[in-house]
This record gives sequence, structure tokens and C-alpha cells, in this order.
Amino acid sequence: MTIDGSWYLALAAVLFTIGAVGVLVRRNVLVMFMCIELMLNAANLTFVTFSRELNDIGGQVAVFFVLVVAAAEVVVGLGIIVAIYRHRVGATADDPHELRG
Amino acid sequence: MGGLVATVSLPDLATFLVAAVILVGGALGVVLGRNPVHAALSLVATLLAVAVLFVEENAQFLAAVQIIVYTGAIVVLFLFVIMLLGIDRRERALVDQFRGQRFVALGLGALVLAEVLLLGTGHWTTGAHATTGALNRPLSNVAQLGRAIFTTYLLPFEITSALLVVAVVAAVVLARRFDAPHDDERTLEGDPAGDAGDESEVAGR
Repeated sequence: MTIDGSWYLALAAVLFTIGAVGVLVRRNVLVMFMCIELMLNAANLTFVTFSRELNDIGGQVAVFFVLVVAAAEVVVGLGIIVAIYRHRVGATADDPHELRG
Repeated sequence: MGGLVATVSLPDLATFLVAAVILVGGALGVVLGRNPVHAALSLVATLLAVAVLFVEENAQFLAAVQIIVYTGAIVVLFLFVIMLLGIDRRERALVDQFRGQRFVALGLGALVLAEVLLLGTGHWTTGAHATTGALNRPLSNVAQLGRAIFTTYLLPFEITSALLVVAVVAAVVLARRFDAPHDDERTLEGDPAGDAGDESEVAGR
């Protein structure tokens, strides 16, 4: 018999918490972005677990769409980071706090 | 949460535990690593562990896509940006925008974790079973997923293609240099001077 689904859900909760704390604690924009990916993966793990528990393919379809959106998000987000930090020195999130055009 | 050890076969248990340890260790490496390159490699470990857990949960297609898209494309993109921009300098980690921000963050994280684990003592999974399509065994995972995407979820799938086009256009626009002529002149003027300086230095020796 396979592992009970609640263990997967607890593991996903731990992963999501680590990602959320990372976004709040770290100041490097790229590392913050990686922590967002951690949270997305925690959500994906939850989706797949519920898909198995409820015997429903819909959860896996949702993960498929999350993967697509995550790829698009990373492309746009890294484009923004490159555009901001092309002429800047560091990669600290508090530096571009003046959002002037 | 029920007893983990009682009803589970040993390979399943071992796979889950090893993947869980790698997952949590990689996630902690992302958060705690000082070097962004190390953080990216820890992220790879976490994503591979998630792929192993997907296989363990009979989602084979998603495991393959997880490895191809996440570790094959997204993390490589992260490493490209880290190395192209040279953002591997140390961050000003000690300067907080708000006083005591990281203690508040750790407190909130502990609170969320405690809440979720408290909820774990009850029943996690409630709701209707198999509303969009049952995970029936004769059909393979890929066939089932494809059938669901191209019938029930056809419209979201088409909207996804529009999203990808928008993302490509946005990436091209964002990556374009708006002051391109100016920069080109500067680099054209700058490079020969730098080379000449190096040569004179060598000649001086």
C-alpha cells in the first residue's frame, strides 16, 4: 500500500512555509524568485496528492497549467530583473524602491 | 495523520523518506545559501525530489514535465541570469527595510507551519470524488491527462497558448536596450582604449 496522502500534504506545507519565509527573509531578488518557485512546487504537490486522494484527473491538469504559467512567469520576471539591474550594482530588493519611469 | 509505518510497503516508505529529506534539505539550501548559484543548485535538488514524489503518486507525465521544464529550462534560465548579470555578489543581508523583519517572518512561518500541522490531525481530504474524470487503471496516465486537457479543459489550454505568446512578446520588449546607439558608441570607444592600455602596460614591462 502506498503512503497516506496526508504525509504528502504535510510535506507540501513544510515546503510552502520554507518558500514563504525565504521570500520574506532574503533580499536577493533572484533568490526571492527561487523561493516563489518553491511555493509553486508545494502547491503542485498538493494538487497531485488531492488528485490521487479524490481519484480525479483534474488536479493533474491543474498542475499542468501551473507549470505553463510558471514558465511564462519566470521568463517575464527574469526579463524585468535583467532590465532593472543592467545598469545597477547589486541585486538587493530594496534598492529600486523609487519606481519612477 | 495515520500510522506511517504500519500499512506501507518498505520501498514506498524508503522512496518517500529519501525524497522528503532531499526536498526539505534543498529548500533550506535555497533559503540559507549565501551564493545564488548554490541556491539554484539546491533548487534543482528540490525539484527533482518533487518529481520523484510525482512518480510515487502515479503522475508519470507530470514528473517528466517537471524535470524537463523546471530543471531543464527554468533553473538554466536562472543560472543564465545569475552569470550574465554577475549578480553573485553578496547581498546587503544585514540591512532590513523594516526593523525586525526577519523575526516577524520566522514567527509567521512557524505560525503557518503549526496551523497546517494542527489541521493534519483531522481529515485532510474532503469533497466529491472523480467529478471530472476518474483515475481508472486501464488508461495510461498520459492518455488520461491528454483526454482531459483536450476535452474538458480545451478552452484553458487554448488560453495558455495566448499566455505563452504574450510572455514571449513581453520578454523581447523587456530585454531590448532602449538606449542602444548610445551604448554601442560607448563600448566601441571603450574597448580599443582598454586594449591599448593593456598593450602599453605590457610594452612598459
